[in-house]
Amino acid sequence: MPFIPHTEKDTREMLDAIGAKSIEDLFDEIPAALRIDHLHHVPEAMSEMEISRLMRERAAQDGRPLCLIGAGAYEHHIPQAVWDIATRGEYYSAYTPYQAEASQGTLQTIYEYQTMITELTGLDVSNASLYDGASALAEAALMAVRVNRRVKTGLVLLAPGVNPVYEQVARAIAGTQGLTFERLPTDAASGNVDFDKLDASLNPVAVVMQQPTFPGTLEDVDRLTDWGHACGALVIGMANPTSLALLKPPGHWGAEGVDIACGEGQPLGVPLSSGGPYFGYMTCRQDHVRQMPGRIVGRTTDLDGNPGFALTLQAREQHIRRSKATSNICTNQGLMVTAATIYLSLLGFEGLALVARRSHANTTRLVEGLCAIDGIERLYQGPYFHEAALRLDRPVAPVLEALAARNILGGFDLSDYAGTDALLVCATETKTDADIDTCIAAFAEIMG
Amino acid sequence: MNELPGDLLYTSEHEWLRREDDGSVTVGITEHAASALGDLVYVELPEIGQDVETGGEMAVVESVKAASDVYAPVTGTVVEVNEDLSDDPEKINADPYGDGWIVRIELGDSLDEGELMTPDAYQELLDELDD
Repeated sequence: MPFIPHTEKDTREMLDAIGAKSIEDLFDEIPAALRIDHLHHVPEAMSEMEISRLMRERAAQDGRPLCLIGAGAYEHHIPQAVWDIATRGEYYSAYTPYQAEASQGTLQTIYEYQTMITELTGLDVSNASLYDGASALAEAALMAVRVNRRVKTGLVLLAPGVNPVYEQVARAIAGTQGLTFERLPTDAASGNVDFDKLDASLNPVAVVMQQPTFPGTLEDVDRLTDWGHACGALVIGMANPTSLALLKPPGHWGAEGVDIACGEGQPLGVPLSSGGPYFGYMTCRQDHVRQMPGRIVGRTTDLDGNPGFALTLQAREQHIRRSKATSNICTNQGLMVTAATIYLSLLGFEGLALVARRSHANTTRLVEGLCAIDGIERLYQGPYFHEAALRLDRPVAPVLEALAARNILGGFDLSDYAGTDALLVCATETKTDADIDTCIAAFAEIMG
Repeated sequence: MNELPGDLLYTSEHEWLRREDDGSVTVGITEHAASALGDLVYVELPEIGQDVETGGEMAVVESVKAASDVYAPVTGTVVEVNEDLSDDPEKINADPYGDGWIVRIELGDSLDEGELMTPDAYQELLDELDD
């Protein structure tokens, strides 16, 4: 049976009813120059057998390298139970189902997820997730404009440590909606915001900072949050959720805490998978909840007094409010969120803190070992969490190629970002001391 | 449905307005609009000092299953908003012409009553809607 249950007769009858000759006629108003009749580089459909074989062959190319690359996506151990449970039939869907309230289990899972994320970020309310960290930033910026109506500049100031890819995505999504994005000045020694050069007269609608920063440093988020509020801006804090087991949550940054927290949820039980699907999280203060995009699950009581879960505040959503919806381009990443909820449930707060501590200790071992090699030193001074930037005395790309030949992904080439030969390395809890020593020895040989 | 207050003017979008002694006008939504929306759970108010123009979006009233724009019936500047509605939006359901007022607007030009409906004209509109 075809997936689209229209017979040729159905189609004919519908076309006749509206006076169209063919389905093609329905697209007549799109100029021919803008239409493509076939997609380049997209092959014809393959059978299940063919596609399984293709994917096995592609997966084999990945191999099992030792991976020191982070830069926004992190390799963590995912307990076997996470995906065993998440892929059960009752859960295995990418979205909240239509007739959402009929799926109480799914709604309860999202509710638990929201509870955990609000606890981690120290804020009042969470949505049911967004696509990824990058689009979460774009949505947070658009949300800030709706909340902070007094400021008409549309100017969003980004701390230097905000992931440059997030900025690109935010520009692509929000740049056409009257928002401009500019970077705050950088202090070359620390890689962080240069507080002496901040210009409070810019009248930004929002100030965005990331902790830990893209190059792995720790920003003075308390001071920067207070500066943003003093400027009359809404403050958006992006944080790696694993780091929040050790670092101060965004809801407590500065005197008042950030207004919106968002970021990439992938470290919480989602595999690297060549870049996705991941999920973005977003939490905010209660006052701003009506401007928060996406779905929110609430806990309620039914007519018989039994507890139950329901989608709440739906009047913000596109199926009710159309053009005035808080977002028309977002959805939750239901399956990824299910995995994250199970991951956090299995680890608990102490387990997450162990992951965070172990990752920090491993990165420290790696960084100290590498910096003992001639030609490698820290790019920025100061503390780091589980990722740090190194300056090399030579171009980075050939070094990474030589490491790859030894089955080591030696880090993220930071040279474009830093404007100098630089490498960003990360060793999560998945690495043993022996792994780290192997990597250090390989660097030493190549650099020698 | 209760009888329409006779001292108000109305719009076809179901807003009402009252001329105050100082020349400003107070604006709300009619009982018909409030009961059609159902129990209101939220009102998004404009900023004080915001300029509005006739027919432009001015506020949003939200019930459990719908959100609806409230349009400015006149051109002018918002000089007061009913802050009580932030905590008690259901005041609009309970007392749409009294405690449920939404904004007070200082007129930009003199009031053009020709653009607005008398109670009788608005009642006729409601009767038509009932049919």
